[in-house]
Amino acid sequence: MALVELRNVSKIYHLGGETIRALDDVSLDIDGGEFVSVIGPSGSGKSTLMHILGCLDSPTHGTIKLDDRMIHSASSRELAFIRNRKIGFVFQFFNLLPKLTVMQNVELPMIYAGISGRERRERSMAMLKMVDLENRSQHRPSQLSGGQQQRVAIARALVNSPKILFADEPTGNLDSHTGEAILELFRTLSTQGRTIILVTHDPEIAAVTPRRIEIRDGKVARNIDARLAGLDRRPPTAAGDPIQPHG
Amino acid sequence: MSLLNTILSGLKEIWAHKFRSLLTMLGIILGVSSLVAMSALVRGMENGTREALVAAGGLEKIRIESQFDLPVYQSHLMDQAQGLTMEDVYALKEGAPLVRIVTPAVEQMRFREPMTVTYKTKSSEPFLVSGTWPDALEVNEHKLAHGRMFGAIDDEKAASVCVIGTGVRDELFGSPEDLGYDVIPLGETINLNGIPFTIIGMFDMYESEKAKKERAFKKANPQLAAASGPTRSRGWGGGKGGHFIFRMKNNTVYIPLNTMLVKFRGLTPGSASATDPGPVRLSNLNMKIPSIDLLEPAVQQVRNVLMMTHKGLEDFTLRTQEDWAEEISVVIKNARLSGIVISGICLLVGGIGIMNIMLASISERVREIGIRKAIGASTLDIFVQIIVESTVISVLGGIAGIGASYALVQIIAMFTPTDNTPVITFSAIGMAFLFSVAVGMLAGLYPAVRASRLHPIQALKYD
Repeated sequence: MALVELRNVSKIYHLGGETIRALDDVSLDIDGGEFVSVIGPSGSGKSTLMHILGCLDSPTHGTIKLDDRMIHSASSRELAFIRNRKIGFVFQFFNLLPKLTVMQNVELPMIYAGISGRERRERSMAMLKMVDLENRSQHRPSQLSGGQQQRVAIARALVNSPKILFADEPTGNLDSHTGEAILELFRTLSTQGRTIILVTHDPEIAAVTPRRIEIRDGKVARNIDARLAGLDRRPPTAAGDPIQPHG
Repeated sequence: MSLLNTILSGLKEIWAHKFRSLLTMLGIILGVSSLVAMSALVRGMENGTREALVAAGGLEKIRIESQFDLPVYQSHLMDQAQGLTMEDVYALKEGAPLVRIVTPAVEQMRFREPMTVTYKTKSSEPFLVSGTWPDALEVNEHKLAHGRMFGAIDDEKAASVCVIGTGVRDELFGSPEDLGYDVIPLGETINLNGIPFTIIGMFDMYESEKAKKERAFKKANPQLAAASGPTRSRGWGGGKGGHFIFRMKNNTVYIPLNTMLVKFRGLTPGSASATDPGPVRLSNLNMKIPSIDLLEPAVQQVRNVLMMTHKGLEDFTLRTQEDWAEEISVVIKNARLSGIVISGICLLVGGIGIMNIMLASISERVREIGIRKAIGASTLDIFVQIIVESTVISVLGGIAGIGASYALVQIIAMFTPTDNTPVITFSAIGMAFLFSVAVGMLAGLYPAVRASRLHPIQALKYD
């Protein structure tokens, strides 16, 4: 059974009398453990798709099932709960709170989950260790480089062990070298069995993932699964072989 | 998110903008401190007037005065009105069980029929010369400082003894301020309208708290208190003692009732004719009831008894201190109300300041709110966060304001060291604190609603 099921999802905006179909009758399945990229030019609707999948927004029509739960009609309180426990976000601009230390930033989702102080510290330290930033825990985000900030953001996104990790142009604000390192981190996380959805406009970055969903004008233009198409040497269970980028 | 965490993060947020938060708090500090200081001042005032009320006999006192004008519908019976007599005293003793003590009095007031007391070369006109029973001590809340009160035997024998107040002593023997020591004139003989009387007792010096402080202050700072320019008398006792009640009370001579009747027969009201003295006419009766709750039935009882003895003629008036007490409470209420209005406006302004700063703060932190929402903060979490922040500001302001009110009261006391002592009460502190909390919550309400309603996506896109 799929982790995420979208059926006939539409999102319609009304902007000054003009009707914009940001998403137009999209149906999708994403399984647990998949590493998917959503690709499309700006204005294609990929961000809207991510917001709806990430419970930040609700669709105008259609149904969404996430981890056996219908979320298209959930209350804002339930959506906040799902965002907290089942979803992690990594943004282009890192979106760390500048006044808090690295440690406090990572602790934040656990505070909203009502986890005790001691466990919060232990778990956020473990997460920082995973992204190799344990010695920066008392720094402010502004004292870190872009790549380090993005790693803190990843640690924060994963600290509540979410079902899905959303990354919105995670390398968009980084130089190519650092961006590579972040993508490498995602790849490692994917091999650990995490479900990752990477939103990007860059085909080169999208090429990293076994499955690519191309969005154009609010519709799914192409849904390429490299594993199924036999274009990827990697087995569908994602073992950890290096991936050959496609052109 | 637990409340403790929210409060901690609120404190952090305030600490991050120390100066701004301090300015915001200032409104609350001023409001709370003015509220507490005002109530302390009013309480001081209240204590001062209550003191005077007690000095005048307290609320449990009922006074009956002779009244020579009858009501219009009885005016044709004028010649049958005989005023208050000893008959009334005995009738009340028998017929009004709610009354604890009844004391008759024949009084000579300074402003009506002054009596002169002399000692050697000094003379004075006391405010009150009263011929009465020993019970008057209790009824009129007098306390003896030296000697004794005259007793029933002195009354029986119409002995020429008197008990004087310190005001009379000051006039005849010199005041401790001038002499530097207390004269206790027991055993001295003074002349009352030319008739010698032996002083057998002297009352306490009655004064308000304020006057007591004034005296202590003068003692401590003689050069400061020394009046510049010519000194002048301000009436009985030279203006000492504060409220005029205290001055009147100090300027008193008490003699036994029979002595008054025997030695000053010509002065007693309504008995000018020597050939037919008629019944003894009293100037007034003073009574004490056991408790203030019984005032109304006791007054009714007294009226009933007197209507009987006076054959239905209303040639007397009943006076209680209730009207005065009511007046006091009206004044106090007004003072308190104006205090509350002023500090309420202060708190309102403070609250508006907090709301303003919270609105500025959330529009600065739209992105932060978006991030918090994206990682799982619910609408309620954000709402609580903003409310708690504004409440923390106002609570800190409230605590600082309570501290400031102590300083404020000290400053007021420094300007006027002898005025009614302001009293800071716990209830005032509690009320001020609750007010500041309420103001903080109310001021945070609108900003909190606005912040919590932000849409996460728009908030995240906001720069």
